[in-house]
Amino acid sequence: MAQKGIREYLAKKLLAKYIANNPSYSFTYNGKVALVRPDKSIDEIALENPWIKEKKLVVKPDMLFGKRGKHGLVLLDASFEEAKIWINERMGKEFEIGKAKGILTDLLIEPFTPHEKEYYIAIKTEEDGDRIYFSEEGGIEIEENWEKVKEYFVPVLKGIESINFQGINETIKKFIETLYKFFVEYDFTYLEINPFAIVDREVLPLDFVARLDDTALYKDSEKWGDTEFPTPFGRNFTKEEAFIRELDEKTGASLKLTILNSDGRVWLMVAGGGASVIYADTVVDLGYGNELANYGEYSGAPSEEETYLYAKTILDLMTRKKDPRGKVLIIGGGIANFTDVAKTFKGIIRALREYKDKLKENNIKIFVRRGGPNYQQGLAMMKKLGEEIGVQIEVHGPELHMTRVVKMALGGEK
Amino acid sequence: MKLFEKDTKAIIFGRQAIAAQGMLDFDFVSKRETPSIVCFVSPDKPGFERLFFGSKEMLFPVYKTISEAIKKHPYATVMVNFAPSRFAYQTTVDTINTENIKTIAIIAEGVPERETRALSALAKEKGKVIIGPATVGGVIAGKFKIGNAGGTTENIINSKLYRPGSVGLVTKSGGMLNEMFNMIARNADGAYEGIAIGGDRYPSSSLVDHLLRLEEIPEVKFLVMLGEVGGLEEYKVVEALKQGKIKKPLVAWVTGTCSKIFPTEVQFGHAGARAGNDEETADNKNKALKESGAIIPNSFDDLPEQIKKTCEELKSKGIIQQIEEFTPREIPMDYETLMKQGLIRKHAEFINTIADERGELSYSGVPITKIIKEKHSIGYAIGLLWLQKKLPDYASEFIELLITVFADHGPCVSGAHNTMVAARAGKDLVSSVTSGLLTMGPRYGAAQEESGRYYLWARENGLTPQESIDYARKKHIALPGFGHKVKSTKNIDWREKILIEFTKKNFSSTEYLDYCLEMEKITTKISDKFIFNIGGISGALWLDLLKSLGYTDEEVKELVEDGILTSINVLARTIGYIGHHLEQNRLKENLYRVPYDDVLYWLPDEKDL
Repeated sequence: MAQKGIREYLAKKLLAKYIANNPSYSFTYNGKVALVRPDKSIDEIALENPWIKEKKLVVKPDMLFGKRGKHGLVLLDASFEEAKIWINERMGKEFEIGKAKGILTDLLIEPFTPHEKEYYIAIKTEEDGDRIYFSEEGGIEIEENWEKVKEYFVPVLKGIESINFQGINETIKKFIETLYKFFVEYDFTYLEINPFAIVDREVLPLDFVARLDDTALYKDSEKWGDTEFPTPFGRNFTKEEAFIRELDEKTGASLKLTILNSDGRVWLMVAGGGASVIYADTVVDLGYGNELANYGEYSGAPSEEETYLYAKTILDLMTRKKDPRGKVLIIGGGIANFTDVAKTFKGIIRALREYKDKLKENNIKIFVRRGGPNYQQGLAMMKKLGEEIGVQIEVHGPELHMTRVVKMALGGEK
Repeated sequence: MKLFEKDTKAIIFGRQAIAAQGMLDFDFVSKRETPSIVCFVSPDKPGFERLFFGSKEMLFPVYKTISEAIKKHPYATVMVNFAPSRFAYQTTVDTINTENIKTIAIIAEGVPERETRALSALAKEKGKVIIGPATVGGVIAGKFKIGNAGGTTENIINSKLYRPGSVGLVTKSGGMLNEMFNMIARNADGAYEGIAIGGDRYPSSSLVDHLLRLEEIPEVKFLVMLGEVGGLEEYKVVEALKQGKIKKPLVAWVTGTCSKIFPTEVQFGHAGARAGNDEETADNKNKALKESGAIIPNSFDDLPEQIKKTCEELKSKGIIQQIEEFTPREIPMDYETLMKQGLIRKHAEFINTIADERGELSYSGVPITKIIKEKHSIGYAIGLLWLQKKLPDYASEFIELLITVFADHGPCVSGAHNTMVAARAGKDLVSSVTSGLLTMGPRYGAAQEESGRYYLWARENGLTPQESIDYARKKHIALPGFGHKVKSTKNIDWREKILIEFTKKNFSSTEYLDYCLEMEKITTKISDKFIFNIGGISGALWLDLLKSLGYTDEEVKELVEDGILTSINVLARTIGYIGHHLEQNRLKENLYRVPYDDVLYWLPDEKDL
């Protein structure tokens, strides 16, 4: 879905591939970079990349988080043996980076090359064009030296040729132009190299952050090769989240589940991307944010089986641990444009029926609000189900404001 | 600027019949004089689309290319583009470059950002408006409905979208558009127009573009906007408010206020909905909007109250006046809808009890996976489909035995011959094989049928074997199932021996076989070539098989009437005919022509006629 971060490793490999296909007289890039993972040791990688044993090395995590130096996670000027020890000490260990906690699994290795001058470059997309930021004083202090950053704007439908890079040395100018073309042709949405250096015409991208537009996959899959879009560091999926993700990938419909607090009393099962956010908002706005258990969404006309599996997963999660105050499940949604409400409810009803005893044991109240094609039939089915299984199910259609059920379920504002 | 009027005409890219019918239904209830659609474009499926305008059925042409559609329908000014994301760019470029089309709605989700931005820039150059991508479109109350926007006709009536109200609505989310229409109809006098700009990061036309456009429309008395976390769109609205470009009251809300409680970045349903930095959060956008003069509720939950309040104020000031209501036209109910609701019923045209492909494929209720898992073979499947019985192993083995034995009788028999002639005439497999099958009749390939029926009749009427033989002789017919050109008691047919032995060993009933063998004892006394032949045997054995499976005599008779006796022959011969067809082609055999010397020409003299 749109902008997706990629590993530094992949960004560098793609750049090397691009430059190999579009060589320049002004500079070269060797693309020497490797990735160590739990299933691929540095020894194995050294067989494919002989330079690892020949050169001094840089090692750092490659898991979509920055400020690695500040976290003491960058090894510089190390021999092969030193790198090996350093990696072994850190691989598979838990680290806390900002708010996120996660296991270190991906480490990037590249040659260490002494250099003097460090430059900064970033390219980002804006509505009317792409903006290039360049500074002769790159590195970790870039933000402090932001006034020295030069900006160039390439309007949509215009090329990099329209830009006048006055006062920039020829090699760097050529590199910026190449990098920009790379950015465009590979459908990047964001790219930052801070810093990069140039030693003997060899470009050294020292720290590379990049995001691709994954909707361009249909035309770029050959260019991108075996592209992986890693999840953000510390975003480790629970078994249930992973299951729903898998379900989501297999279908044309959309099924999303994020567990926020598995002890929470308020569970959401909402139809529609827009509506699902609003239901979560309303729980938070009413002061129950700390009791919100999940963010969940199903849309795009999922099949009966898919909604069944989706509902079952949520019911299973919410009936694991009892709360003396009981719990609420909000089966919400706006007025659908074309999704058959009765049909999607069938799967949910099947799951609710299966969990009727657990619903009672956990003192769960259910609140339903939905509109759209066949909604009367869907709501009637829900109402009947409540009587049948002896669980309190409150059912509302478009006559009730969409989020009013949240207030009803929570008993008003906190 | 008004993009749509009551006579606006649109071209639909993609054969989206359901969405198109929804548009026409909207047109009809809104009392539009003519449908809003003039034609469709579909590069792979040109032809015609049949749609209703009220109860009148109409034919809409489907062209192969956009240019053709535009040339034939120069009055169309709108294109609703349902092309999938990977074709959205090119189809839209083709449309922008034409003279007549002024507004394009791109429905597809997942159009690359670089392509969308290029489309937006091109549209701007040419002075055209794109709505989308990744949107359901929008509704201009009483005038025009884009695709699926507005939902069902019922919803259109409930939300009063069949006539213009005073509220100009813009949302990011297409899914929330109906909800907002509903809210506005319940708390104000209805929407004048509502557009969903789409969930992408760089929608082609933005919230502010539409708000500024609505600002200029005199019938719009106040504005409602539903924004979303992520992106900077809403700040352009803030700018417009600050610069005084938006003067009409604006009730606004930016969704995604919950994102602050999420520990890590969560991608919401929309591509654009993620806060990259503080500026993009819902809270900050709501704050900035409020500070620049927009009416912001405390929560989405209070949004209806703010809309109501704003509407009441404008009413008391006389800015909003009472709308002249009319009764929308009623859409005739669709047959399918009525059926679904259980309000009407009809007899089905056909009955089917043997196969169901609607879920997992099953034969007479037995799922195909079960048949395969239990390692049943073709005989078992035949049992389920022909007799609706789970055949015991011996029975399915017997059927397979018959298929094997009858698969082919060589190239010289009429059916095989005709298949070969047809194949050599260049006919396709189906034609060649059916020409063989169609040769089967009273004189060729009917031995089972004829003999089975004869034995059945003889036994039913209590004829002894001797009487059976005598009856045929008296009637001057060949005794069915007896006699062979080549085989004799001395030169036995091995196929017959195998079938008879199998039957004796496995069948619980062999009455017909025994009866025929008694007849053979008599006939072979007449001539050693007057043997019980393979055709007769298979006829008798079918009857014995049915008896062994527990069918009564009455039931056996019915099955014979239905055609069971010839069934195996047709199935088995098809295998052989396919072989002959493939072989003639493999050998590259040319057209066959009967040589002159194989035809005796014996024509009468003209004067004798």
